[in-house]
Formats: sequence, structure tokens, C-alpha cells
Amino acid sequence: MIKRLLLVCLCCWPLAALAIVDGHKYPFEDQEKAERFRQLAENLRCPKCQNQNLADSNAPVAVDLRDKVYELLQEDQSDEQIVDYLVARYGDFVRYNPPFRMDTLLLWIGPALALLLGIGLLVLIWRSQNSAPKPLSEAEKARLEQLKKANRS
Amino acid sequence: MMRWLLFIPLALALALGVLFWIGLGKEDKDVLPSPLVGQPFPAFNAVALLTDEALDQSSLPAKPMLVNVWATWCPTCKAEHAFLNQLAKQGITIVGINYKDDSAKAREWLKAFGDPYAFNIVDPDGKLGLELGVYGAPETFLVDSQGIIRGKHVGDLNTRVWQTLQPQFEAMK
Repeated sequence: MIKRLLLVCLCCWPLAALAIVDGHKYPFEDQEKAERFRQLAENLRCPKCQNQNLADSNAPVAVDLRDKVYELLQEDQSDEQIVDYLVARYGDFVRYNPPFRMDTLLLWIGPALALLLGIGLLVLIWRSQNSAPKPLSEAEKARLEQLKKANRS
Repeated sequence: MMRWLLFIPLALALALGVLFWIGLGKEDKDVLPSPLVGQPFPAFNAVALLTDEALDQSSLPAKPMLVNVWATWCPTCKAEHAFLNQLAKQGITIVGINYKDDSAKAREWLKAFGDPYAFNIVDPDGKLGLELGVYGAPETFLVDSQGIIRGKHVGDLNTRVWQTLQPQFEAMK
């Protein structure tokens, strides 16, 4: 029984290379490509609907872009080439992950900078609170003696 | 101890807050900057809407023009159509891209509302639209006589929008 079930599963295996996105079927010859398609569709943003990715959106332009991604995958283009293709036409907006460039530098290193600044400040405060009091200068010692005298009398 | 140092984080947070406030207010969420500005008009092969003649990128006129993406299913295109007629009457060259539309309906539309276009490129499946980074209609590109895209406007053209686009259009060679 188990063996027969396994056989059925094995027969179905080639059928599994089919990505279904928002009701549209995208058949692939292998599982790896179908998985890449799914990931690309999830990691690219729909230009029209702003906070949806290509997989979630059913806007006409999202369907077009999904079809294009499918077409480019079938042409054996790499993920990077496909993302570049869309960025060249729709701009950085279509990627959720901003590229590391001069104008995005602050975006990438900003949080680390803030963290360093915070740590620096903490260290500064901690040091100033724990430092031993400075020895009194001659003038201060004289003043102290004077105050003591005045207190006694 | 330098007590004022304690106020640095607060000051920074406030500064960031102001920056974000201004940045978010300035951003028009419906208009994406086009990476195609400065790039040549993409290569294409299509037919003309009225004459059915074959068109490609060399069919574009050798003078500054507007390239207007429109469709009969797009209500905003209807809204801007009268203004396009007006621009055409002023002698401005407008090339149309009939985007993901039914050609018969498009021809009827032009007959009914007037035809401001030098010619129309039929783009039934949105292939040229995708090359141009079109994500809705109407969109209008400013293209110079060399076929280089110089600007893009998303949304309808009207008197107010034209006030800002006209200087840019007239500066094109």
C-alpha cells in the first residue's frame, strides 16, 4: 500500500514544477526554476499598487511583469539579469531591497552609526559617573581648611 | 560632566523626525521617477492604428514630440483628450501609443472625440508599454528630435500640468 502511494507520488513529481500565482499557471520544466519564479514574484514590487509584490497583486501591470519574469526565466536568464531588466524600466522602486550605492549609503549604514553613537554616549556617561574624584588643588585645600575653621567657631 | 551631551540623542531623533516628515510629505506616491529619462526610445515593431502600416523606432518624427500612452478603457484619458486636441492645434506633435486596447474601439474614439495624434502605435499586449516602464494610463513622455526620452508625466495632461511641462518641451531640440 505504502509502496503504491509512493509510486503515485513519484509519478506526480514532474507535475509539481508548476508555479501557481494568483490563479495564473506558470508551468516549468524543473522544480528549481519554479521556486526561483516564486521567489522573484515575491521579492519584486508591483509599480502600481505600491505595497504588494508581483505575486500578491492582480493589477494588470503586475500580471504583465509576472509574465515577463516567466518569459525571461524560460530564456535562462539569471535572477540578477531579470531584476536588472525590470529596474532599467521601472526603477529601483520594483525591488524591496535597495541597492548599496552612494545615495543609499545613509540608509544602509545609518542604523549602525546610530548604534555606535549610542554606545559611545553610554561609555561617556558611564565613565564620568565612575571616575574617582580629582585630588584637590592647593587653592581648594586652603579654601577647605578655611571653611572647616569657620564651621568650628 | 558635560550634561548637554545627554541631549544629543534627543536632538538627533528630532532632526530625523523632521527629515522624515518633510520627505514623506514631498513624496508623491503615485508618481515613480522614470529611469528611462535620458535613454533612447526603446526599439519596437508595431502597426499604426489608422493605416495599419508597419512602424518601428525610426518612424518617430525627427522633431520634439509628446508620446502619449492612452486607451479607451481609461477614464482619465478621456479627461485629457480635449487638452491633447488643443495642444495639437497649437502645432505640438503628439504620437499616441494605444495601450492594451481594442483597435476598433480606439478608431471609433478618435472619430468621436477628435484625433490629436500624428499617428498611433498599436500596443495590444502592452509590450512597448513594458519597455517604457508604463504602469498605468495615461502617461506622457517628452521625446526630443533624436528620439531621446527627456521627461515623463504620469496622469492626465491639463493646463496646470502643461505650465510646468511646456518650458521643458520647448527647451528640447
